[in-house]
Amino acid sequence: MQSGSNSTRTVLALLAILIVGAVSFSYIASIRSAQFAIVQTLNSLALGGLLFLLAAGFSLIFGLMRLANLTHGALFMLGAYIGANIMRSFEGVSLWAAMIGAGLLVAVMGGLLERFVLRRLSNNSLGQVLVTLGMSFIIADACLIIWGGDPIPVPTPPDLRSPIRAFGYAFPSYRLAVVVLAVVAAIALYLLLERTRLGAMIRAGVDDMQMARAVGIPVSKLFTAVFMLGAGVAGAAGVLGGPIMSAYPGLDADMLPLALIVVILGGVGSLFGAFVGSFIIGFIYTFGTALLPDLAYVILFLPMIVVIAFRPQGLFGRIAA
Amino acid sequence: MATEALSVTDLHAYYGDSHVLYGVSFALEESRVLALLGRNGAGKTTCISSIMGLLPPRGGEIRLFGEKISGLPPEAISRLGVGLVPQGRRIFPTLSVRENLVVAAQRQNGAGKAPGKTWTLDRIYDLFPRMKERQNQLAGSLSGGEQQMLAIGRALMGNPKVLLLDEPSEGLAPLIVQEVGRTIQRLKDEGQSIILVEQNSRMALEVADQVVILNTGETAFVGSADEVRADEDLVTRNLGIFHGH
Repeated sequence: MQSGSNSTRTVLALLAILIVGAVSFSYIASIRSAQFAIVQTLNSLALGGLLFLLAAGFSLIFGLMRLANLTHGALFMLGAYIGANIMRSFEGVSLWAAMIGAGLLVAVMGGLLERFVLRRLSNNSLGQVLVTLGMSFIIADACLIIWGGDPIPVPTPPDLRSPIRAFGYAFPSYRLAVVVLAVVAAIALYLLLERTRLGAMIRAGVDDMQMARAVGIPVSKLFTAVFMLGAGVAGAAGVLGGPIMSAYPGLDADMLPLALIVVILGGVGSLFGAFVGSFIIGFIYTFGTALLPDLAYVILFLPMIVVIAFRPQGLFGRIAA
Repeated sequence: MATEALSVTDLHAYYGDSHVLYGVSFALEESRVLALLGRNGAGKTTCISSIMGLLPPRGGEIRLFGEKISGLPPEAISRLGVGLVPQGRRIFPTLSVRENLVVAAQRQNGAGKAPGKTWTLDRIYDLFPRMKERQNQLAGSLSGGEQQMLAIGRALMGNPKVLLLDEPSEGLAPLIVQEVGRTIQRLKDEGQSIILVEQNSRMALEVADQVVILNTGETAFVGSADEVRADEDLVTRNLGIFHGH
């Protein structure tokens, strides 16, 4: 028992050293100029923030429902398109209003998907994987039909267009705003999960689903609520990422693997794991593509492989993935 | 005749293809304690799982104060007034003690009435002062005895009309077993209807009014606790050590 937890700790320490080492190596290598480092750091943080919004929902849904929702990337893209469309169609609607609108719409769609499709496939994980993957193709094709193949830019809010200047350097302000919003969302999700009765019910369901039902927790309603929450946050994140990435065909396929890596790295069902994992992947991906573009994917998947090999439940997870 | 709080009629249950319960029948009277005894593997826990809806029965009927509950999902059965203290306690380990109790809180509706005063967090803390001391601690860090108290408290928070206790003395020190026994006695005094599953038949017979003995998935004996107490060999005979079917 004692030696078991010791060796786990050793592996964790090694992993942490490896990841910190990799990140700081790319960091040091990148200091050709401080301005480059600042911009890339904020890019990493902003990507990390967006990934967190995507991965948190995915992780929560998997933790509670044992369902790998491969539609999650498509819901992110759908949010981006709906947000872009709202801002185009209605003059003067702010990005924030579009984000809330798109988030709500995508949440409702997620709710319908859960109630009428996934509900019929409980206890059939292969069926769920295939159906959610199929759904993501349907959504992607629908987006292509409705919005066409050209990327649709999402305008940056006017107040956040010019960088903040401090200490003689420029800090891209929209990316800062994304990071702040992601942190606020993380705190809100944390409070919802850890400080409310609803959150305690969700955690009880993750701990022991059968027992949760036996004490009268309405698990079926909980599933729909959590699925809607995850879908809504993913949709809103799509709009939030709009000014950085815009809405384009293939955005779903670009984001989903990153979210999956985050969840595997951080641990399924762990909000904290999703948070830490998102920023690690945000840094690795951004610096990887900037410094070693040929090896970007190798650098991206390497920490995941190490984690799977030595700690299958992820850095902070309780359930083996 | 006393009101039947919970009746089980010709219950058949399966794990996959293997037939575990062969037409089990018994009825718990209101405000009584029914001891469900039997050897390991006799089908006691299967019986409890079937009543709770965790293992939907494939034949027979279960009624709670006349209302049919067999075939309903566990959350509905819980809402109608069946509370479960499961074998192995199964508290939610990553929730605090307080959260374990709060998530299970509910008022009952439907036929029959939950006995006595409504259970609230404060009343559970009165019943188990240790739970109040440890209310912010993670439930997984409690000792076995404390986890058992918590599991009982959690079931009571649902204000059950019928409480199912599955091996509450299992794996506990004798002193704690006594405390669990006293708690059951106190609940009985308040009018709680209870089904008590026990390997420890001595402890069960101290509080029971009715006794049902299961043997390899069939009811081997149904009677009063007085009969069993008067004839000490009765239990052993009905455990049917070499008596297959």
